[in-house]
Parts: sequence; structure tokens; C-alpha cells
Amino acid sequence: MSTGIKNRTAVVGIGQTELGKGLPESELTLACRAISLALDDAGIAASEVDGLASYTLEPFREVEVARSVGLGDITFFSQVGYGGGAGCGVVGQAAMAVATGQCTTAVAWRARKRSSAASRPWAQAAARLTDSHQWTRPFGVIRPVDEIAMLTRRYLHEYGATRDHLANVALAFRAHAARNPLATMGHKPMTRDDYMAARWISEPLCLFDNCLETDGALAVVITSAERARDLRHPPAYVHAFAQGLPAQHQTMTNFFTDDPLRGPAWTAARRMWGLSDVTPADVKVAQLYDAFSPLILLSLEGYGFCERGEGGPFTDDGGIEWPNGRLPVNTSGGGMSEAYVHGFNLVLEGVRQIRGTSTAQVEGADVSLVTSGEGVPTSAIVFVKEA
Amino acid sequence: METAWLLPDLADETAAGFWAACAEGRLVVQTCGDCGARRMPPRPMCPHCRSTAVVWEESSGRGRIWSFIVAHPPLLPAFAAEAPYNAVIVELEEDPAIRLVGNLVATADGAIGEVDPATITIGEPVEVVFHRIDDVSLPRWTRRAD
Repeated sequence: MSTGIKNRTAVVGIGQTELGKGLPESELTLACRAISLALDDAGIAASEVDGLASYTLEPFREVEVARSVGLGDITFFSQVGYGGGAGCGVVGQAAMAVATGQCTTAVAWRARKRSSAASRPWAQAAARLTDSHQWTRPFGVIRPVDEIAMLTRRYLHEYGATRDHLANVALAFRAHAARNPLATMGHKPMTRDDYMAARWISEPLCLFDNCLETDGALAVVITSAERARDLRHPPAYVHAFAQGLPAQHQTMTNFFTDDPLRGPAWTAARRMWGLSDVTPADVKVAQLYDAFSPLILLSLEGYGFCERGEGGPFTDDGGIEWPNGRLPVNTSGGGMSEAYVHGFNLVLEGVRQIRGTSTAQVEGADVSLVTSGEGVPTSAIVFVKEA
Repeated sequence: METAWLLPDLADETAAGFWAACAEGRLVVQTCGDCGARRMPPRPMCPHCRSTAVVWEESSGRGRIWSFIVAHPPLLPAFAAEAPYNAVIVELEEDPAIRLVGNLVATADGAIGEVDPATITIGEPVEVVFHRIDDVSLPRWTRRAD
């Protein structure tokens, strides 16, 4: 007996624009193109779309997309906040809406232009702070990398992880990107010496611990499992989904709780695995949100692939590398080596693994995990091949 | 340089008590006026008993470094001029669950990059000092003998 939304919906279409720097088009145009490509991929007419889910950080309203793409009468529209935490959230909320009959076919997307340095929010900070930034920015903890570096230093101290573990992450994703012709860093191989010689950004994090900044848009189409079976691609069924906003959590600057290293991943994971028929041991491939390399170690622990403090050693001996690692992670290159579009490219790669079309395809990938931002209120999805 | 520093809005109703005390050279922690639980950062309601009564309890001003970073460019111009500089998180002696972000300095009005980053360690004992920028007194930390 199926319960909740389990296996009742699927991602049936994926689309993306070019991913790169200095794209001339607006986010709105890019979003329209990505959605249009996703609908064509699914073989679904724009007029059939009656549900929308997007990030609160989109710089335009949904009505502009709906009017431009020619979508139908919309009966469900939602947005999810917290930047990179929203990726699986928008897909999961769209799936919930389809499963509960609030709409029949939904699109979810992210369009982002951040390749210009002047576009970064920290570079536009107001001089007088009224929000939680007043407890950090007057002391020079200004950028996302500074905030995560604080947690990273403590993590390395508590568990004895090292920069070599962080390098394992960066090198694995760069190697995966080399197989992906659309990855923006696919033509730039990286060695451990390159990593260790990179300039500091916020110690203990260096340049290569940071994600890219990319222009582009990506979209997915979600519909019912019944309809999905009649469409052109193998469905990526939404098996389980959860969001996670832990008690007392402070987004990004989560320095003030009893256990700051136990992040939103733990909250989302507990709910998601509780709703799921599969366990972490069943997951064949994972796309873990990687705005910064240490988030991979935290996510491996939070989502139950290893015990606390063992995220570093998990990456040793090619542990997260395709094809032979115990858990290949970020097989398209992820945010650090494919593109950083607030983690939405991870969603599409999770779907490609189920379809069997990744450029680093994991054999027998019947259970595919995707997670969104760690360190912020987050979300995660398990896709499965057989409903 | 200092006019471009990122500073709190002293009129923010939830945090005003903290910054007002700093201006008097006192470090305070927001404490529930009913159940006595401390909380940092300040917020309008006690998450333990849902009281909105607030007392600003004077801290020992003593603590230990819980974590730290050393920031390098690219940064906002005012901060880039100080880089590389440290930022620290300090847990308070009287309640290690209460943590504050600051900078480790040699003297209250010293540069935030003046302490050799290679000498900073998690767990080292520090005490609060205050440094004025425009109309704001920022709590900073200097080393103390344990």
C-alpha cells in the first residue's frame, strides 16, 4: 500500500540552457528556454502545465514565465526560500501538489546569473544591519565562504579530518566533470598539488573548496506516475522527499546551537528515510549539494552514509569517485566543477542517473539521492527507477 | 576606511540592549526575564517558556576560542584593506552554549590582522575588549593568561 506521495509522481522532463559566464540573456529568458526544453523532453504541451514551483530568489514572478511559455491555468504555485536549500524543495512541493490533486503537471526551475563578481549579494551589503548578519559581518565574517569556514575549522578540530579530505572532494568532482561536455570546468584537470597550491579564500578553505559561479537555467517537469509511464523517457519516480529546518537553526551562521555541526541534513534525512522503503545502503549514486567541499563530509554523515566524524575517511581511496567508489557523488561535476545554479543541476543529474544517460553513469542506478544546501534550511529527494 | 565598515543598526529593537551595553564597555547576554534561560543571538521570545520579558545579564567577558577563520580577498574594500585578518567564535566561560563572533586582537584598537594567524588555537582563553567604529562599540577579544 502506497502511503503519502511515495512513487505517485515522477520527473518526466528535464531541460537546461547553456551554463557559463556572461550569458547575454536575462534570467527570465533563460528560465523560459529551460522550461520549454524540459516540456519538449517530456513530450508535454505547455498548455497542460497547471503547477509551478520555484525559488524565492528568482528575480521575476511566476506570472512572467507562465505568460511567456504559454502555460495553462495554474492551480498550484509555490516558492521555497533559503537559496541553495530550495532545490529539492521545489521539486518535492511540485510532486506533493501533483500527488494530492492540486495540479496535474508541474514545472520547477532555477534561473540564475551570478558569474559577474558585482552580482554577489555580499558585495552589495547594506552598511547598517538589522538581521542576523549584525552578529557576524561587523567582524569580517561577510561571505558564505567565511561562514562555512568557521564550521569547517571546528569540524577539522573535532574529528581530525584534514585538507586532504577536502581535496578528495574537489578532485573527484573535477574528474567527473572531465567526462561531461557541458561541465564548465570539464577542460581544466586538477591535481592534488594544484589543490594544495591554490590561494586561500577563507582559511581553512582555499579557492578549490568553493563552488563555481555560473549563469544558466534548468527545469524539470513533474507529473503523475500513471501519466509518466506513457511518456518517452524512463520516469524518475519521486520515492521520498523531505525538507529540513532544525530546531534553533540559524541559516548559514549556525554557530549558536548546542551542536552546530549537526545541520539541516540530519532533519531532512530523518523524515525522508522514515518515508522511504529504501535505506542509505540502497543508494547507488548521490548528488550532494556542494557549494563548499566540507558540506560533502557533513552531508555524508547527515544522510546516513557513515557515522559522525567519518565523512572525511569516507572520501579516501576514491570513496566518492565514479565508477568504483562506494558511493559515486556528483557525477556531472556538481556545483564545484559542472556549474553552480543553486544546486538545481544536481536534480537533473539525479534524474539522468535513473534514466541511464549520465556521462558518468553508475551501473544499475535504481536509487538516486539528491540533496540541497547544507548549512541552510534544506531539502532532499530519493528518486527510484521502479515504482 | 571605517565609514564603510559593516555595522549594526542600533535602533533594532531586539538587539538594542546588547549594543547599548557595549557602548558602556559592558558585554551582556540576553536572558529570559521569567525562566532565566540565556539566548544568543537575541530574539523577541524565549524559546523555552515563550516569555517576552528580557533581562540583559552582564557576562564575565571571559571565554575560549571555539573556532576561527583567516579571511583573504576578494572582500569588500574596507575589509580587504585589513586582510588577511582573523575572525573568531568565542564561547563564554559562564555558559559555553553562548557563543559570540568577534576578532582576536593584541589591543582593543589594534588591527584585526595584527595577530599572527599561525598562533591562534581553538580553546585558547580570551577576554573581551571594545573598539569604537563610528557610533558602534564592537566587542573584540584579547588573549588572557588562563
